Amino acid sequence: MSENVLELSNIVKRFPGILANDHVNLTLKKGEVHALLGENGAGKSTLMNIIYGIYKADEGEIYVNGQRANITSPHKAIEYGIGMIQQHFSLVPSFSVAENVALGLKEFHLFPRIDVIKKRLRELSKKFGLDVKPESRIWQLSAGEQQRVEILKLLYMNSQIMILDEPTAILTPQEAEGLFKTIKEMVKYGASVIFISHKLKEVLEISDRITVMRHGKVVDTLLREEADEKILARKMVGRDVVLRVEKSPPKTGDLKLSVKNLYSRSDKGPFAINGLSLEVRKGEILGIAGVAGNGQRELAESIYGLRDYTGEIEIDGTMLKPLDVHSRINHGVAYVPQDRKGVALCGNLPLYYNLFLKIFTSKQGDFNPYLFNPISLKKPAEALVKEYDVATSSLDLSVKYLSGGNMQKIVLARELTLNPELIIAVHPTRGLDVGAMESVYKILIKARENGAAVLLIAGDLEEIFTLSDRVAVLYEGRIVGYSEPDEEHLEEIGLMMAGIKKERVG
Amino acid sequence: MRLKIERRKNDPTKLSIFLMSVLSVLISLAILGLIILSLGKNPINAYVQLTSWPFGTVAGLTQTLISMMPLLFTSLGVLIAFKMKLWNIGAEGQFYMGAFAATWGALFLFKGISSPWLMLPLLAAFAAGFGGAWGAAAGWMKAKLGVNEILSTLMLNYIAIYWVNYLVYGPWKGKGSYNFPITATFPKAAILPQYTSDGLNLGIFLAIATSFFVFYLLKRTKFGFHMDIVGDNPIAAKYSGINVKKMTIAVLAISGAISGLGGMMQMSGVLFRLQPNFSPGYGYTAIIVAWLARLNPFVAIAVAFLFGGLLVGTQQIQLFLQIPFSLVSVFEGLVLFSLISGEALLRYKISFKGVRT
Repeated sequence: MSENVLELSNIVKRFPGILANDHVNLTLKKGEVHALLGENGAGKSTLMNIIYGIYKADEGEIYVNGQRANITSPHKAIEYGIGMIQQHFSLVPSFSVAENVALGLKEFHLFPRIDVIKKRLRELSKKFGLDVKPESRIWQLSAGEQQRVEILKLLYMNSQIMILDEPTAILTPQEAEGLFKTIKEMVKYGASVIFISHKLKEVLEISDRITVMRHGKVVDTLLREEADEKILARKMVGRDVVLRVEKSPPKTGDLKLSVKNLYSRSDKGPFAINGLSLEVRKGEILGIAGVAGNGQRELAESIYGLRDYTGEIEIDGTMLKPLDVHSRINHGVAYVPQDRKGVALCGNLPLYYNLFLKIFTSKQGDFNPYLFNPISLKKPAEALVKEYDVATSSLDLSVKYLSGGNMQKIVLARELTLNPELIIAVHPTRGLDVGAMESVYKILIKARENGAAVLLIAGDLEEIFTLSDRVAVLYEGRIVGYSEPDEEHLEEIGLMMAGIKKERVG
Repeated sequence: MRLKIERRKNDPTKLSIFLMSVLSVLISLAILGLIILSLGKNPINAYVQLTSWPFGTVAGLTQTLISMMPLLFTSLGVLIAFKMKLWNIGAEGQFYMGAFAATWGALFLFKGISSPWLMLPLLAAFAAGFGGAWGAAAGWMKAKLGVNEILSTLMLNYIAIYWVNYLVYGPWKGKGSYNFPITATFPKAAILPQYTSDGLNLGIFLAIATSFFVFYLLKRTKFGFHMDIVGDNPIAAKYSGINVKKMTIAVLAISGAISGLGGMMQMSGVLFRLQPNFSPGYGYTAIIVAWLARLNPFVAIAVAFLFGGLLVGTQQIQLFLQIPFSLVSVFEGLVLFSLISGEALLRYKISFKGVRT
């Protein structure tokens, strides 16, 4: 038996109205990769934040190397050798890699020995296969590279217990493979890793043990050998989920959306879309596969009129002007953005307002603009909440208090009651649990069967395969190739996503 | 010791917000008492003087209502802008521009009109137009050039104030004013109906009517609904097809128009002629009134009443106790300060932690 480097005993954490962690026990052995699996809102992140000293547990004890530990802050956690990579990186964009590492050191030096740090970073990069130059500025790095910097920071600080919060969400399949290699290497040198995910496949690939959480409780801890995808999915959601949604063959109709020679800049200035062209027909779902940061957001925003562009965007043969959202709404375009909280919802406004943000800019309702009482929206809102199965205590609740899945249902409910003819959906299931994911899939397929054209931009290939009728691969702001939505083409699509030309694959 | 600031999990309740507002006023009064004490006067005496006349006598109440009127107009003006998170602190300048426009109309442009039924609406529209233009200017700069409205509205105040000063010291100086910097008196047609000999006039009722209009605009129209959306999340507003730039300009224009209207009412209802520094800072006090009223146009009526009384009461204690009038500004500052700190405490929890050694 190897020793336990970390032991959680009966951890309880309450938030107003929620029991986020309910007597959780968890052990982490030396040199193991322990996956923490669970739907969103299962309490994984809360638990990790307790270990890392961001939250304080209401009850229960933490033991590090057998000793009772009192972790009151991340600072303390680092002293105990615990490091965490959060989903949002804590790096200073204008600083170099080495400078960022210097910032995170336990003793902060006014004039850190950058050259010493660089040297050690090079050694670590080599040892663990983390390819980053210490001189590079953070803003120049891709998300995957930034993640490597975060890992290097932990290695530099000699963290023995590493918590990775959904590290693969931002990576290409190839990059994920690289990450797994690094993790295996780190474990070989004695580190222990807690790996949070809700992707069953990768959990099975990387971990030694798997703990499944549901509703704040630990459902079970299994050895990898004892688990398979079906078992894990059932434990996660408490029922068997069929994520293969039934889908009839497409009844493709007229051309709905045509994009020609589109150029658009990212917020940082350089072109993110470089002469892109594509077409979507009525009754089909075109899946756009690609690694995050290859122009997904810019493409969607240009089409929807939120971002300036040059080139031609036509809907139903009508040329649209840039930056004119209203005309898009009039043409029946619905948009489900990636950042639903930031773009598609008003967090502090009540739920029922949010279901009708477009009530006066679309043909959604017949309300007198000069005698309009928002209270009158409550009745239709109630029906929508029921139809889309939004879990909420009240229609008056500010949407910011809803879970990610319920927020997404609000967005979808609003967009789909407008009977859209073109739906642009970007990462529509990101951060959602399996149950919510399934309902999003069904909603999109139903819209397609009603003759809507759907442009699905997603990072998750499973999702693209499940939903799409055709797959286009986006790389550096261009469509680099098309493929069938079939597992057989996984390798080929993966390579195209990484920018390797189709021809070379053969 | 270490200070730890944590966000509270729940939004503050209506009751806690109300209690916090009352507490802010009480704390400010207490500190004001200490200041009065340090001036060698009896604070209890001062409190009695401060409240008894303006709220306890008919003559005092009349004065309270009169000084409440411009305060209510300007606070309704800023309230609208605040509702969409546009920090218009230019009510003072918009008020001045309204007064300027009213004077221009009454003494020069519409001099020939003898019917008050024609004259007064004309002056009101003219003043609202100028106040609105002053607000819209800041709105336009924000929408088209990205200029921060806090700075632009504040700067526009000075332009308006010194413009009026220039006029009354220069070209508009009245003939019968013995060289004082005041304009000639308004003609009869340009004067609001007066109900008492000591100045109670139609203006206060129009101010209250404006509260109802503001309520209607905010709570019962498409415009108000869109204001809620833009105010909470401008990106979501754009996403919803709302023209955020147009809304910004329109809201600041309406905001300025209401303050400008207040300027006209003050001229036609109370002062009857333009003079320098005719406002003791109504447009600034309005910010505190709107804030204390939690941007509710009906609560604003009550708060404006209290602050109107305070202005009158301070004149009393100045007269009888020789306490400087500028204590009003000190008090207003204290209220705003306690309100903002209270606001922070409602949303954040502060705890002290001893560092273990």
